[in-house]
Amino acid sequence: MGETTKRNCAVIGVGQTKYQSTRETSIAGLVREAALAALADADMTFADIDAVVIGKAPDFFEGVMMPELYLAEALGAVGKPMLRVHTAGSVGGSTALVATSLIQSGVHERVLTLGFEKQSESNATWALSLPQPFSVSVNAGAGGYFSPIIRQYMESSGAPDLIGCMVAFKDRQHALKNPHAHVHQHDLTFEAVVDAPMLWDPIRYSETCPSSDGACAMVLGSEAVGDAASKPVAWVHGTSMRSEANNFGGRDEVSPQASRDCADDVFAQAGITDRRAEIDAVEMYVPFSWYEPMWLESLGFAPKGEGWKMVEEGATTHGQGDLPVNCSGGVLSSNPIGASGMIRFAEAALQVRGMAGEHQVEGARKAFGHAYGGGAQFFAMWIVGADKPS
Amino acid sequence: MSTANGLREVAVVSSAQIQKRVIEDQSEPEFVTPLINEARDAVGFTQADIGFTCSGSSDFVAGQAFSFVMTIDGVGPVPPISESHVEMDGAWALYEAWIKIQTGAADTALVYSYSKSSPGSLRDVLATQLDPYYQAPLWPDAFAIGGLQARALLDAGRISEADMAEAAATAQTNAVDNPHAVRSGATTAEALLATDYVADPLRRHDLPAGADGGIAVVLAAGDHARQAVERPAWIRGLDHRIDSHQIGARDLTQAPSVALAAEKVGLGADKVDHAELHGAFSFQQLLLEQTLGLDPASTTINPGGGALVGNTMMAAGLMRIADAAAAVRSGRADRAVAHATSGPCMQQNLLCVLEGD
Amino acid sequence: MSADVAPEVSVPDVIAGVEPVQSVRTPIRLDYTYVPGRSLTAYLKAMKDKRILGGVCPETGQVAVPPRGVSPLAGKVTEELVEVADHGHIMSFCVTHIPLPGREDLKPPFVAAWVRPEGASIGFIGLITGIEPDECRIGMRVRAVWKPDEELEESAENIPSWEPTGEPDVPENEVRV
Repeated sequence: MGETTKRNCAVIGVGQTKYQSTRETSIAGLVREAALAALADADMTFADIDAVVIGKAPDFFEGVMMPELYLAEALGAVGKPMLRVHTAGSVGGSTALVATSLIQSGVHERVLTLGFEKQSESNATWALSLPQPFSVSVNAGAGGYFSPIIRQYMESSGAPDLIGCMVAFKDRQHALKNPHAHVHQHDLTFEAVVDAPMLWDPIRYSETCPSSDGACAMVLGSEAVGDAASKPVAWVHGTSMRSEANNFGGRDEVSPQASRDCADDVFAQAGITDRRAEIDAVEMYVPFSWYEPMWLESLGFAPKGEGWKMVEEGATTHGQGDLPVNCSGGVLSSNPIGASGMIRFAEAALQVRGMAGEHQVEGARKAFGHAYGGGAQFFAMWIVGADKPS
Repeated sequence: MSTANGLREVAVVSSAQIQKRVIEDQSEPEFVTPLINEARDAVGFTQADIGFTCSGSSDFVAGQAFSFVMTIDGVGPVPPISESHVEMDGAWALYEAWIKIQTGAADTALVYSYSKSSPGSLRDVLATQLDPYYQAPLWPDAFAIGGLQARALLDAGRISEADMAEAAATAQTNAVDNPHAVRSGATTAEALLATDYVADPLRRHDLPAGADGGIAVVLAAGDHARQAVERPAWIRGLDHRIDSHQIGARDLTQAPSVALAAEKVGLGADKVDHAELHGAFSFQQLLLEQTLGLDPASTTINPGGGALVGNTMMAAGLMRIADAAAAVRSGRADRAVAHATSGPCMQQNLLCVLEGD
Repeated sequence: MSADVAPEVSVPDVIAGVEPVQSVRTPIRLDYTYVPGRSLTAYLKAMKDKRILGGVCPETGQVAVPPRGVSPLAGKVTEELVEVADHGHIMSFCVTHIPLPGREDLKPPFVAAWVRPEGASIGFIGLITGIEPDECRIGMRVRAVWKPDEELEESAENIPSWEPTGEPDVPENEVRV
């Protein structure tokens, strides 16, 4: 569709705060910390930036309506265009994609994009459990919503019961190599993961994500800006967003069509045919451990019903498998909701820039970033590479 | 086809809107869905013909988290669609859609926005939009914040209370035949000036005319637009800018982001036949006219009364663009400008220049 | 905070040495009065008569419970409402082991399930009672437990829970179709 006007876009800089349960700084201080880190990585200052795109999950999480207005100065946006994206849990990913489109359209040369959440400012469970008018309240938060879907997957795939625990243990091990990660459990054992209390059976406490404060920022640039950068950049090879309704008869809740369509679109743009072979690192949105095998199948990295085998074989473990997933520790180790999607995108970029530090996948050339939200109905994905798209 | 500056030609080809003081018996999806259908039907499109969909709404206005999710059903997102949402007025959703078309990833777009502010007290809800540490805890309501700006403009001699009343009287009189107006009726500045203050120096006619409502528009590029309508309203300039949030640090008699956006869209390059200004307060419309250099003698300004006779949060800005585009499509205007604003004291502003062939 | 990722914080001289404010408490209270809309109004009124209404998709005929006023399959307003049965089956479920804010009456563990009433095309969420959580199964047939007649209101809470009927389960291949 459309005329082939899409221009190249590169990730020039990445900045992250430390993720933790309470950051004793203002919201402005939090976002500025990530923005300044991204600018420093890009060898830029706010003065170099043409436009700012910010994303976060529901405003009730901090109790500030449209907080981008208040954050205009902290992000150096005064006198510039500023956009605020909100697409539920996928927002960090879709925010990065809106920022990318500002470059791809040719309208801007350098764009600062940022996602954040300061869950400690308010009560996220309260914000998520605001009484839905006129309905019965028996569902506790996101875990209560996703647990029945996970149960469906377990029954239909025949996956062993402890696959989810294996994912949780793996991601917590990965997190130990990421200084930004919230959860650093040095003495964690697999047995402790298995023995953790059930919250939303089949989901254990150890298989859920934490509640974090944090912000993640990226500086994106045009082809000319990418070519001139002093450090390695990550080139965008494909971007896609898809949405679908969350409840209708015949909906595949385990592997929603929007997820499959979005993946097909982004892999086609990147010219990738063998997904497992051609992708070197995956940063996937896994807020509950079982979503790793579920998304491996939905995204076409594994045949239907066999994603759990990749987990069992260690194929997704850093330093061991051929498709390392969430080397950063993933959402299971850090979850500032509005930033979580952008962290996936930014970590994918760090991998192909060769700048992921201790959790670097050696020689990574192409990486996949993923986010989802709502009732697993909103999807944002990108593929970044060390080489400029041909 | 692309223009001299390398941008694709994109037009607003249709729109549909609803605005009432209170929409009592319909939920947001129930009143937004017909608008989406009407706007698509007007150009013979189904959702399969739409390349990108983008909406604007606010959880704080709705009083519910993730409030936009339920409304997406009205688009018919089965099979899945390429879609995004901004927590901003729909004018910025239109900007995101226009950008998407510029990348070449879509040729057409559906944009909609809406709100029902009637379930809550909007003037109090808007206090949560302020700096959460220094300002919001004081709970200054939206009328008081507006009053600060009006007082600054009055003291600087930029406007008078009579000017404000004149703007309001003109808007209300213009709105007599506007089915979307929630505050209308022939009146005079003299009559309005005789009424009591609500928040000194503001009288009722100076205040936003709060409303529930929604708006849907369809965008199309190049030949897609030409095939859809006889006379597309081409977007020839689109830009938005934000000012400082700190009211105490701003010169409230100025709107620098409006002036900057006007420069970016090349507003002064040619005459403007028609202007749709999103001044929710009477004095804001006057400040906009002055900043944009618009002369009522040569430019038709808010012929339906504009936001002064109906200000639906999250939709009023996109409604201005839709109304300006309709004026171009009908041939009433060759060159029109639409303005959208957001934030306390018009902190953030968008300008859209629309032209006929 | 780990030292390697923490930025250095600098403050202006005039406030150097002043004790930092670690947090401020600024409570927010906003009241909203919702209206349910046309479809939900009809649904809630029918609830008072112990009837469950669903909305009919004008294009596919699918029946959504509760009716939400709009069919996502058609992208159109649903004008037609039909009554569905007050019995059906469990599509999937969750055993919750933690307390639910605002529902202190529910003692964990409790079972929340997607229940699809006969005649409906989708499930809706309900509490399952009259059974131990570890006996709950996908496909299990359940019936609505209504409040006593004198307590019925125009409210979804007229069905506090669903309980097993004891009939044979729905065959596995029919659970989701």
